[in-house]
Amino acid sequence: MIYAITIYGEPGVFEALPKDRQNEVMSGHSALQSALSERGEFVSMKLMPPTSAVMVEPAPTEGSAPLITDGPFAETKENFLGFYAAEFKDLDEALEYAKMISSPVARLEVRPVAWAGGVISSV
Amino acid sequence: MSDWLEVTFTLHRPRALAALIRMFRDIDIAEEAFADACLKALIVWTNDGEPRDPLAWLLTTARNSGLDHVRKSQRRAAILSRHVEEFKPVPAETPDPDEMRDDVLRLLFICCHPELERRDQIAIALRVVLGLSVDEIASGFLIKPKTMEQRITRAKKKIASNPVAFETPSPAERGARLGEVSLMVYLMFSEGWSTSAGPKQIKFTLCEEAIRLARLLAALFPAMGEQAALLALLLFQHARRRARIDPEGKLVALDDQDRSLWDRANIAEATGLLQKAHRTGHQGVYIIQAAIAATHAHAASVDHTDWASIESHYAALYALQPTPVVRLNQIAAQAKLHGPIYALKAMEPLAQELSTYRWYHAMRGGLLQEAGDHHAAIAAFETVMTHRPTTPERVVITERIKISQESLRGM
Repeated sequence: MIYAITIYGEPGVFEALPKDRQNEVMSGHSALQSALSERGEFVSMKLMPPTSAVMVEPAPTEGSAPLITDGPFAETKENFLGFYAAEFKDLDEALEYAKMISSPVARLEVRPVAWAGGVISSV
Repeated sequence: MSDWLEVTFTLHRPRALAALIRMFRDIDIAEEAFADACLKALIVWTNDGEPRDPLAWLLTTARNSGLDHVRKSQRRAAILSRHVEEFKPVPAETPDPDEMRDDVLRLLFICCHPELERRDQIAIALRVVLGLSVDEIASGFLIKPKTMEQRITRAKKKIASNPVAFETPSPAERGARLGEVSLMVYLMFSEGWSTSAGPKQIKFTLCEEAIRLARLLAALFPAMGEQAALLALLLFQHARRRARIDPEGKLVALDDQDRSLWDRANIAEATGLLQKAHRTGHQGVYIIQAAIAATHAHAASVDHTDWASIESHYAALYALQPTPVVRLNQIAAQAKLHGPIYALKAMEPLAQELSTYRWYHAMRGGLLQEAGDHHAAIAAFETVMTHRPTTPERVVITERIKISQESLRGM
């Protein structure tokens, strides 16, 4: 079963941390990434800060075009920051791996996902 | 744990201070009230965990603490008579986003007091809005903490004597404030990027703090192309920080930088922001400058740089900002397209206006060297030396002089 480990937190917190704290958080991520790559394929994505986002809202009336807006986004509220996805034996195993990136800057959600297709080569 | 809490306080400080200054109309009271709320948070949050809405918690606590202070202080009568309605109990909610936006803009605008020197405007913004200590700010500006303390105290007094309109600004006023504040943020970054004098060329904190403020503006004004572009511009520049100084501490010109050292994450974010800015259809100085920076950022090398597009961006910038320095930059791009002789001729009309601008002479020296006129090149580089270059610049110019001298000897 593919599980996604999704990361939620306040944007900007990581950037504002002192360097040694940043390294602490990053070492968790590098540990997870090397552990995941040893056991097979995985994807991980980090979303850029919400200021770079544009919203596509549903069309206001039937037949009209979707509404594209530039925000505003509640920057200080909890935000979707990024995710990992990989094949895990079961939920317990996924949770074990998720623990590797647990830190006070992020809340993690572990949830099974259905693969919907597509291929992305590493950038 | 306190490290994480400190970060939360730092992140919420601009918004909290902005709201508190609207309530109390006094920077000192607002600062004290916020510091007090953080102290309480340190105790309460460590025991009970962080509240669901930290900003609302901090604001409520700070407001109560500020009210206590006002009641006890002698200023009570004067302040109470001025805006009694401000003293109603606060609901524990984050203020309305529109109101918050005007609050933060007002706070930044207060820092841009016209009677303050630009460096003092920057210093006061670092102190009040971002909460840096006087020592940190002093080290950023390479001056003694004592001197910085005096400057900040004087600046605060000037600000206090000049009331800023507290009612909701009209769209035109809001636009003017935003322009003034954006310029201050841009100059804060420039100050950090290249100080006019001193042994240390790059002061990362000033650049990083300017980026923080630019982020704040871009978040508060998501539909404004110029503010997204300002953030993009600063990120494009900041991406080059590691390539700009070599291991011996020597300044490396853009042309000679190892581009693999450029920060790809910064460039990617800036690229996304610039595309968003272009979508607004706005045109402005930051959008154009960010487009120039993007052209450099995406070129694999100097030779692969799209100089024609850079040249046309500078032409557009000159239409908005007809200054000799912009024109000089346009000519620098023309030099890449049409060669040094063409550029040297194009520079001539600027000689008078830019006679004390050391980059004019440095660029002229470089072009003369390229054209093989080493006597004139040496003279131009020597002129640079008389206009107080920074120590890293001095090293670069001395080297350029040596190259021309060696060429002459070889002939």
